[in-house]
Amino acid sequence: MITSRTSKIGDAFVVFICLILIVLCLTPILHIAARSFSTTEALIRSEVSLWPVGFNLEAYKYVLSDGKFTRALWWTALLTVVGTILSLIVTTMCAYPLTYDKLKGRKFFNAIIIFTMFFNAGTIPTYLLLKNIGFLNKPVVLIVPYCLSVFNMILMRSFMSDLPISMRESAEMDGAGPIRVLWSIYLPLCKPVIATLALFYAVGRWNGFSDALMFVNVREYYPIQLLLYNLITAISNIDVITAEGGTAPGLTESLKAAAIMFATVPILLVYPKLQKYFIAGATLGAVKE
Amino acid sequence: MAQPVSLRGNRQSTLNYFRRYWTLYLLLLVPLVYFVVFKYIPMLYIQIAFKKYSLVKSLWEMPWAANNGMEYFIKAFNNRDFLFSLRNTIMLNLLDLVVGFPAPIILALVLNELRFKRFKRVTQTIAYMPHFLSWIIIAGLALQVFAPTTGLVNNLVRGLGMQPIPFLNEPTHWVATYVFLGVWQSIGWNTIIFLSAITAINPELYEAAAMDGAGRLRRMWHVTLPGIRSTIVVMLIIRLGYILGSEFDRPYALGNALVNTVSSVIATFIYHFGIRGLQFSMTTAVGLFQSIVGVIFLLVADRLAKKYGERGIV
Repeated sequence: MITSRTSKIGDAFVVFICLILIVLCLTPILHIAARSFSTTEALIRSEVSLWPVGFNLEAYKYVLSDGKFTRALWWTALLTVVGTILSLIVTTMCAYPLTYDKLKGRKFFNAIIIFTMFFNAGTIPTYLLLKNIGFLNKPVVLIVPYCLSVFNMILMRSFMSDLPISMRESAEMDGAGPIRVLWSIYLPLCKPVIATLALFYAVGRWNGFSDALMFVNVREYYPIQLLLYNLITAISNIDVITAEGGTAPGLTESLKAAAIMFATVPILLVYPKLQKYFIAGATLGAVKE
Repeated sequence: MAQPVSLRGNRQSTLNYFRRYWTLYLLLLVPLVYFVVFKYIPMLYIQIAFKKYSLVKSLWEMPWAANNGMEYFIKAFNNRDFLFSLRNTIMLNLLDLVVGFPAPIILALVLNELRFKRFKRVTQTIAYMPHFLSWIIIAGLALQVFAPTTGLVNNLVRGLGMQPIPFLNEPTHWVATYVFLGVWQSIGWNTIIFLSAITAINPELYEAAAMDGAGRLRRMWHVTLPGIRSTIVVMLIIRLGYILGSEFDRPYALGNALVNTVSSVIATFIYHFGIRGLQFSMTTAVGLFQSIVGVIFLLVADRLAKKYGERGIV
């Protein structure tokens, strides 16, 4: 009797902690969503908490009619798609050969790759290199210099190494070369890890900020995060927004909220669907470094 | 007499080997070129930390800096802004460690006790969400939620009859908010590794403990925690290894002119004085200092891990 009562109290306590966690995670998003649908007057009088006051779509209409913002959204979407595909291809090209035990020079290749995880040249040397090879202020600088993550490569390599080697060997008996084996046996079986890495790479590019801040000075090539940063940190909204292209000053508070929603919603739509995969990926990465 | 034969045999098999596997090298070529161009060639540029940078001269033609090439290191360590950012890097990382490291362990223990499967799944999905948001978005959320006059939290604070709290506009409060937001962003995601370690614990241990009359808390303390001890140690050591590492987006996005004395870290220092201020030699020196200390910390951490009988990380 006593144990069951205490265990009920325990259950209630556990559920309570989880509810607090849920509230803490969701409140900021709901608050911003509410702000984005509210009138400026309500925002200035701070009447908005989790429900819109004076529901309207003005902020969204403005954001969508503002060429700069929609262009940045499409531009970032394009960068994300192209960057993710390139990253997946290069990561596979790196991980797959390294799963061959017999590959001559494997230890050496592994060593020079892993070394870059522990020691990197630093921001300024990388910046100067990109400058010297003419990458600065070009779209390519947002795709190529960080297209291969060693961490992600190790994820894929360990996933491939865990596949039964007998499949590869019997395919080789039948005369299939390494490329054939990769294409018709490994890649179809690697769907879970490919989905995980696609998510990691895509989120990385969609959220990427510092490379654009440091390497890109051309406004047309600004990804969404850089535009968003300039918008939200503007101390005097009116000055900056008018400088950025002119708008009704009163709108700025809900405008910020709407802009944040545009950058956030795509991620919220995608990540829960891939939960099964990325959990496997996250644990694999931490266990097998 | 046997030697030439076996030599030819070797050469034959090597030839066969390459005939069979040359495509693997072809595949590897692209990533290897990537690493050489974007990771190793920049290492050549490290020498400008010891040289007087010049826009017009090539790397090899630049003259050595004064004081046996150490001029820019000396300059950096006499630079107030650098010393501030060094202190802040260590301070913020240590606070992150002290607060942010135990948090997901505790949460994992709690989630593990949750018996309602669907509720657990929903909780986890929601808790992972902040991990996928950029620091720019989080800063955007925080600036609005914590705003001094119109923010959600300060409305509540005022409702309770207290003075509004300057969460992001006063150094001490800023540090607390910075650490809190770090926990908010990472707590859910970081439970994944501990939860998976918990599932590896032998269920018989729980049964035995229950048989001995151990309640929920004692089972947590005597079975679950010891069961994930090695995961905790390895994760802790990895964190210790990165104590001088510095994030850029997080302090940069959350910082503002009022809190510069605590929000500037090594990464933002390098950005401001290097890429914006064009002091390439000094900022390269700072970056090199950070990389070298980082490697030393990692190696020491790895030694420690192995000393405590855990698998290393290097």
